[in-house]
Amino acid sequence: MIIVTWLIAFIQALLIAALAPLLIGWVRKVKAWLQNRRGPSLLQPYADLRKLLVKEIRVPHTASPLFRASPYIVFVAIWLAAATIPLVALDLPTSRIADIIVLVGLLALARFFLALAGMDAGTAFGGMGASREMLISALAEPAMLVAVFTLAMTAHSTSLVSVIDHHLTDGFLLRPSYLFALGALLLVALAECGRIPVDNPATHLELTMIHEAMLLEYAGRHLALMEWAAWIKLLLYGVIIANLFFPWGVAQDFSPLALGLGLAAVLFKLMILGAVLAVSETALAKMRLFRVPAFLNLALLLALLGLLSHVILEVGA
Amino acid sequence: MNQADRLDWLSDYLARLEVGQVVVHSNDAQGLAPAHRLTLAPEHWALAAHVAAEMGMRHAGLWADPLDAEGDDEPAIRVYACLELHGDYLALETHVPLSQPLLESQTPIFSGLDRLERHAHDLTGVIVANHPDDRRWTRHQAWPADRFPLRHDFPLAGESVKRTPADVEYPFVRVQGAGVYEIPVGPVHAGIIEPGHFRFQAMGEDVLRLEERLGYVHKGIEKLGVGRDPAGLARLAGRVSGDSTVAHAWAACQAMERATGCRVPPRALSLRALLAERERIANHLGDIGAICNDVGFAFAHVQCARLREQWQRRSRELFGHRFMMDTIIPGGVAHDLSAAAFHALRLDHAALHRAVEPLFDVIEDHSSLDDRLDNTGILSRVDALALGCTGYVGKASGIDFDVRHHSPYPPYDSVRVEVPVQTEGDVAARVRVRMAEVRGSLWMLDRLLDALPEGEIAAPLPSPAPGAMALGLIEGWRGEILCFVRFDAAGHIARYFPRDPSWFTWPALERLILGNIVPDFPVCNKSVNGSYAGQDL
Repeated sequence: MIIVTWLIAFIQALLIAALAPLLIGWVRKVKAWLQNRRGPSLLQPYADLRKLLVKEIRVPHTASPLFRASPYIVFVAIWLAAATIPLVALDLPTSRIADIIVLVGLLALARFFLALAGMDAGTAFGGMGASREMLISALAEPAMLVAVFTLAMTAHSTSLVSVIDHHLTDGFLLRPSYLFALGALLLVALAECGRIPVDNPATHLELTMIHEAMLLEYAGRHLALMEWAAWIKLLLYGVIIANLFFPWGVAQDFSPLALGLGLAAVLFKLMILGAVLAVSETALAKMRLFRVPAFLNLALLLALLGLLSHVILEVGA
Repeated sequence: MNQADRLDWLSDYLARLEVGQVVVHSNDAQGLAPAHRLTLAPEHWALAAHVAAEMGMRHAGLWADPLDAEGDDEPAIRVYACLELHGDYLALETHVPLSQPLLESQTPIFSGLDRLERHAHDLTGVIVANHPDDRRWTRHQAWPADRFPLRHDFPLAGESVKRTPADVEYPFVRVQGAGVYEIPVGPVHAGIIEPGHFRFQAMGEDVLRLEERLGYVHKGIEKLGVGRDPAGLARLAGRVSGDSTVAHAWAACQAMERATGCRVPPRALSLRALLAERERIANHLGDIGAICNDVGFAFAHVQCARLREQWQRRSRELFGHRFMMDTIIPGGVAHDLSAAAFHALRLDHAALHRAVEPLFDVIEDHSSLDDRLDNTGILSRVDALALGCTGYVGKASGIDFDVRHHSPYPPYDSVRVEVPVQTEGDVAARVRVRMAEVRGSLWMLDRLLDALPEGEIAAPLPSPAPGAMALGLIEGWRGEILCFVRFDAAGHIARYFPRDPSWFTWPALERLILGNIVPDFPVCNKSVNGSYAGQDL
């Protein structure tokens, strides 16, 4: 049984890496439709990855070994983080060894190396991107932690599986704390994944960039890993939001039927979330950099309200 | 404005010059049409500018013209300065000997002349004394400091430098202080734009100082004009700045036609205006979309790009080129408008009107867009006046000057030209001026079609008198384009100088960015959208 669950966990981790480009392709496609464009194929991100993977690697003369190592560290950390979340099935061994705090820690590790790599080549843009990224993460991380703690308090556990399990066994119960936490997590996800209105992943303007500015010196396989890691991160947030707040459909046992259903359910939920993201990115302009703290403070405020409403309304109720 | 009212301030100016004991050597109303030409001694050069500034004149450009050595005369460099007040132009002229080409700078009085004077020095060797900034401008490393390409001893084909050395030791002004750092941007950019270098001095995200370094697309336009025939010059003028090909070609043709006394058929003039307004609409649409895209609002960008593309495809269909390059020729235009084309244009105008109105409504009322564009990159009216900004940059800062309105050239003398003016001076105001100009140009296009005269579309250009010269003054989509043409004895071009409005809007960008944050620079830059090619020449 242990072998089977590990196998499923392994397959799930591969699935996450494989699905991430598809989600990006989907978001881009919906955005194109909303702009009256046909847009590139859904599979374009795969082609981009392949192209980058076979391209020659160029490394700046000023870069240290850290520059070469960072893409692998960033990719592995984010992938590992993504492997711990319940995509298709609950109660996998990977989820048991890692809770929410480990997840946030892995993401922070990836960000740490991303920012270091951005500064490593010594260009002005890399340093600028790293400093902006740190500004954003310093504000986003507390909001994220408070939001997930709100959920964790309901389940009396910091394990994502217990939270989802608790939510599922409770049946549909509209908790105000969940709504606040959902709002907070959505805002955090936009900021952390570098989406509009916080960052514009499609821009070519170096001076406005945050995430892309740190990748400017990367090429070939390194760039592919960095991009792929960013896409996995978007998928990760998508799955967290989808499965924490709308957990219905997640496989609670390992029968093929339940697993298949779980996969279909999560794909459907991600499709909806991707479309919502595309609509919001079409309707909004990117905000001025110094409005981002206010935006993330709102996320923190929502998360705190969630925590408070949980304590006041739900504890002992 | 009728003829009697023209230059009603000239006598006042001359009287003030007399008080300053400035000797006017020649007072010539015709020599540099449409400007009134005054020839001064070089030692009165700065004083004449000073008096002009006191009267509130705007500086419209400065250029130098090294003369051929004729007979026993000592070789000399003529220097011109063009001034404007109430839509009337005045050209100051002086000449300095080539052996000692020393002239007082006018930049302390008109700060917009800074780079024009440095450009004149780099290309002709005129030494501008008392200039606040004596660094080279147009010259990078492609020719040595003691060679001046516009002089007659410099070969037309250029002097071969096997490989141009990198221009690494240009002395940028540095800001010192704890926490101040420097961001070099360009000349190679990530997007498909022209090359230019921007050096920011920043603290955190605040811009303390921005310095531009242009000249990377110096093509030697002025030298290339030397010895051309009129048709060749029109083609060259169309390539000064590709997005303003119609306006620059018209300015050059207008100057040549004035110098030769050519009477352009009315139908050709109306067609030229049609082309110019089409160019204005295409570029404004592109800019409005690009400004929105720079703040991450891709929706407007895609819509504007689509409309602009359809518009340019029609231009290609009717005039043989998407940008309508080489459509304006000396004496007229190269393509006539058929009855079918006439009808197609009518439908196009109505369709574009229907398409832009809802789009402009979205752009004007979108709160998330307002948040980025309002109060960003404010150019004060004082700065805009001091630099001599025209076009949408000037109009957004409360300056209502438009050549088509204030100094109308045919056919604009018979079409109503409304000048949209905003007072805020921010990026949003520059967007609003562009939207108003799109609407205004669309309206004007239909009026031009309504009143399209029948007849010829081109007249032969008479051969010019030796040394004949004139100015072309056209309201391009970026603003006032000034163009100087002088013929030689054989009827070829001896000197061509196009002054794109970007000469004055580039320095405006350096001023309006102050107090803004680094990530807002791209949208500020796009809202000004100076031409690199038009400035680098």
